[in-house]
Amino acid sequence: MSGAASKQPKMPPVLERRAVMRALVAERGDMLVVAGLGSTTYDLAAAGDHPLNFYLWGAMGGAAMIGLGLALAQPARRVLVATGDGEMLMGLGALATVAVQRPKNLAVVVIDNERYAETGLQETHTAHGCDLPAMAAAAGFESVHAVRSEAELAALVPLVRRAPGPLFAAIKVTPDRPPFVLPSNDGVYIKNRFREALLGAAR
Amino acid sequence: MNPSNNAMSTEKHSHETWPDDIYGVLVEEKVRQVVYVPDAGHTRLIERCRANPGMKAVMLTTEEEGIGVLAGAWLGGERGVLLMQSSGVGNCINMLSLSTVCRFPLLMLVTMRGEWGEFNPWQIPMGQGTGPILEQAGVLVHRIDRAADAAETVLAAARIAFSGDRAAAVLIAQRVIGTKVFK
Repeated sequence: MSGAASKQPKMPPVLERRAVMRALVAERGDMLVVAGLGSTTYDLAAAGDHPLNFYLWGAMGGAAMIGLGLALAQPARRVLVATGDGEMLMGLGALATVAVQRPKNLAVVVIDNERYAETGLQETHTAHGCDLPAMAAAAGFESVHAVRSEAELAALVPLVRRAPGPLFAAIKVTPDRPPFVLPSNDGVYIKNRFREALLGAAR
Repeated sequence: MNPSNNAMSTEKHSHETWPDDIYGVLVEEKVRQVVYVPDAGHTRLIERCRANPGMKAVMLTTEEEGIGVLAGAWLGGERGVLLMQSSGVGNCINMLSLSTVCRFPLLMLVTMRGEWGEFNPWQIPMGQGTGPILEQAGVLVHRIDRAADAAETVLAAARIAFSGDRAAAVLIAQRVIGTKVFK
């Protein structure tokens, strides 16, 4: 599973994005979660709202960087960034910036449908062989995973919680668009709710 | 810093020490994450921050990354500062919506190019646009035209950022930094 094996014949994806997100955040403990704009934000809301979720509705390309700042500020907490392939592709430099900092507590997981779902399911670069795990490995991520099957997902979940990071995983999912589950888009509310849950009322 | 511009002898002291003056304010304001794209004008400030074990220095590939990092820092209870050159402001525009929509504190210190005695015409469009573009994006813009004003201006911007939950930029004039020359 480690490393990137990109030259195998491509099998159609079998994993479903909502089930993937549920697996990633089930029994999350005190993990802090940042979701990239679009489908991953809806997936995270569908898996269950939580005050330690930070949902993005914009700032495309910034999700991994928010996770980095959070991971550096809270080294005793596990931080999960769950985002889409289009969002990750817009901020690829983030892979280099994270790798240089080497945060042991950060996991960046791309739920990769090879599509820009928000704008009409147009193909992204990952539909054309662009290998995000290989890029993360080359940038210097400690733990890198390319996931396609249920068994690989089951093996990944405990690593996302505990493996020394920075961890990167790309999970291939079907390009279906499940029904919208929309969390609050009030950024001030989501921010203050997160900080109060993490830091207490005294800010 | 740049030793070539010592014309204003009455300000010689602060001309040489303004990065140290700003560093002192960052320490006083409990800034913990210092994120930057390297820049000649910020060299000394970056060196001072990197030497402080209480500060985490994060090198970026592009300036907009810093807006995300500092939003995450604030979610995690830490204050930060973003250091860049004026050309980097152009890279930040869409990401600034993260700060303004969520009202994340954001302190940006911008060394100016494309103004006082600029030799490189490619720096001029972004340098001339830096202030108006930041204002259009919802950032409160401060400016240091005299080195002696560096500390109090950065302190004012830091307070409005961290206590007012706003994005605040301080533009450090090219005349303060010293005009780059090739010889």
